[in-house]
Amino acid sequence: MSTEAPTPTSAKETLAGTHHMPGKESADRRQVTQGRWAYTLLTPTLVLLGVVILYPIINAIIMSFQKDAGLDPATGFFTEGGFTGLDNYTHWLLQQCGSGPALGPCPPGTLGAQFWDAMGTTFFFTIVTVAMETVLGFWMAVIMARAFRGRALVRASVLVPWAIPTAVTAKLFFFMFAFEGIVNKIFGTQILWTGSEWPAKWAIIISDVWKTTPFMALLILAGLQLIPDEVYEAAKVDGASAWQRFTQITLPLVKPALMVAILFRTLDVLRMYDLPAIMTGGANNTTTLSILVVQQIRQGLNNASALSTITFLVIFLVAFIFVRFLGANAVDAATTGKK
Amino acid sequence: MSTATATAARHSEAPARRRAFDWAPARTYVQAVIILIWCLAPFYWMVVTAFRDVGYTFEPTPFFNHVTFDNFVTVFDEARGNHFARNLVNSLLVAGITTIISLIVGVFAAYALARLKFSGKSLVLGFILGASMFPGVALITPLFQLFTNIGWMGTYQALIIPSISFSLPLTVYTLTSFFREMPWELEESARIDGCTQGQAFRKVILPLAAPATFTTAILTFIGAWNEFLIASQLSSDATKTVTVAIAGFAGAQPHQEPYTAVMAAGTVVTIPLVILVLIFQRKIVAGLTAGAVK
Repeated sequence: MSTEAPTPTSAKETLAGTHHMPGKESADRRQVTQGRWAYTLLTPTLVLLGVVILYPIINAIIMSFQKDAGLDPATGFFTEGGFTGLDNYTHWLLQQCGSGPALGPCPPGTLGAQFWDAMGTTFFFTIVTVAMETVLGFWMAVIMARAFRGRALVRASVLVPWAIPTAVTAKLFFFMFAFEGIVNKIFGTQILWTGSEWPAKWAIIISDVWKTTPFMALLILAGLQLIPDEVYEAAKVDGASAWQRFTQITLPLVKPALMVAILFRTLDVLRMYDLPAIMTGGANNTTTLSILVVQQIRQGLNNASALSTITFLVIFLVAFIFVRFLGANAVDAATTGKK
Repeated sequence: MSTATATAARHSEAPARRRAFDWAPARTYVQAVIILIWCLAPFYWMVVTAFRDVGYTFEPTPFFNHVTFDNFVTVFDEARGNHFARNLVNSLLVAGITTIISLIVGVFAAYALARLKFSGKSLVLGFILGASMFPGVALITPLFQLFTNIGWMGTYQALIIPSISFSLPLTVYTLTSFFREMPWELEESARIDGCTQGQAFRKVILPLAAPATFTTAILTFIGAWNEFLIASQLSSDATKTVTVAIAGFAGAQPHQEPYTAVMAAGTVVTIPLVILVLIFQRKIVAGLTAGAVK
């Protein structure tokens, strides 16, 4: 903002504060006091976030290098606690159960044997739901951007799925996808939706798409509204077809908003818990990484900490790739104002 | 600019177009109706089922019939082991206190981020944004152990503290984007009139910021009200919130999924939110999209 430099305020400050010549030096000084004031205001937030996020994270990392004391569910042997190096990580990543001479691949059915399946399921959910939400959300945004009577009604109604708690959404779709439920009646099918692998996965995906597409649509809509009409008019005059206008004007200009929306949604689905936990309890190969962590909590907190640290690193890595290579720059969007 | 040519072109085009029927508005309306149905039909089905007699749970009639209030009675029936009134109070307490703490703390941070120049701003904002994307499961294992050790399992603070980790970053981020758009010249005027920066903040900026703060409060509250993962693991019977209660509900018959009662409970939890959202629709959309695009 250009209101900073030559205002009476800074002049007054210069006079009151120091006997120096007004100039670069006092501007620097002002910058310093403003910086100090800024960090004073930021301190409560940073301290609180440090307590509720950094402390648990550091704790989780320390715990992840400790052995869980007690009976090993896979082998039935008693194991001692204490430092164990990377054992908890190899337990998940290499699916090795037991310790010492009993070390071996995890028996099927144990949580350790499910890690890569859960990883696969989580990424499957992420890719499919985000892709569907992007396409559907884009379509909704394009419609909502048009001027027509009742537009306010449509914009209000897309907020309804967003406002419903995910736990309620899960129960609602569990009911609709019940064997005698409305979905089977409408389509004349007899599918045990939440009772077998692929129908269960699709039931969860459809529920998630229903719930979160509005968020995507509204973010894309906000991006669309920043494109001035004149650009489209000019393109029309130059003879660009509707498809050309979409691919050469709309897509590139809406890309920053779209990438941020995709980033937010991707990171959100990667930690998906509520929908599968309530609809299937993780049965039929719908266990996500988050569900696996929660199940592991009852069997050993230190091992669960290793798994939650892996989950955190996976999400962090995906976010890094998005920001670094795909240009989803949420921080810039927030700091630099209008783009 | 080519606006003039564009308008000219449009004028010459107009008579030609009027001859044939213009399908564009009709197409828009059809698609708008599809969006409406897609968004509202499941919600409508929940409300219809909530008012339907248990015996007709799977009746496919699309309008209200066999209307009864029994399901709502079941929801609040202590004799069946449902403590829904208690759960509602718990959710109000946890979400309410979380919102208040996040706002009180976050408003200062947002002011600094939106208004002040200082080095490391991007870093701070990146940290806050990263915190909002943080997976809840990564917090739950250490907190589970910590709260067990200090005897906090099943207390309100055991639910509020992790909730703050989600809601505070969201609050700061949303408020920052709102604050950036406010008429800050008024602050300058106040300072010319002799206010200190602190006074200008309290007397001019805070009243101006009230609407933005209120919208942010709604968003934060909805987020905290909808939280499930942490509450399902760290609450006890006494502190159970509504989302957790709905997930494990006891109905009229013991060995049967109590669909109608669950839909009634869902309706009780959702209707206030939907009303809130419809009233403040514009502001909420602004709050949701703030920062991401502007």
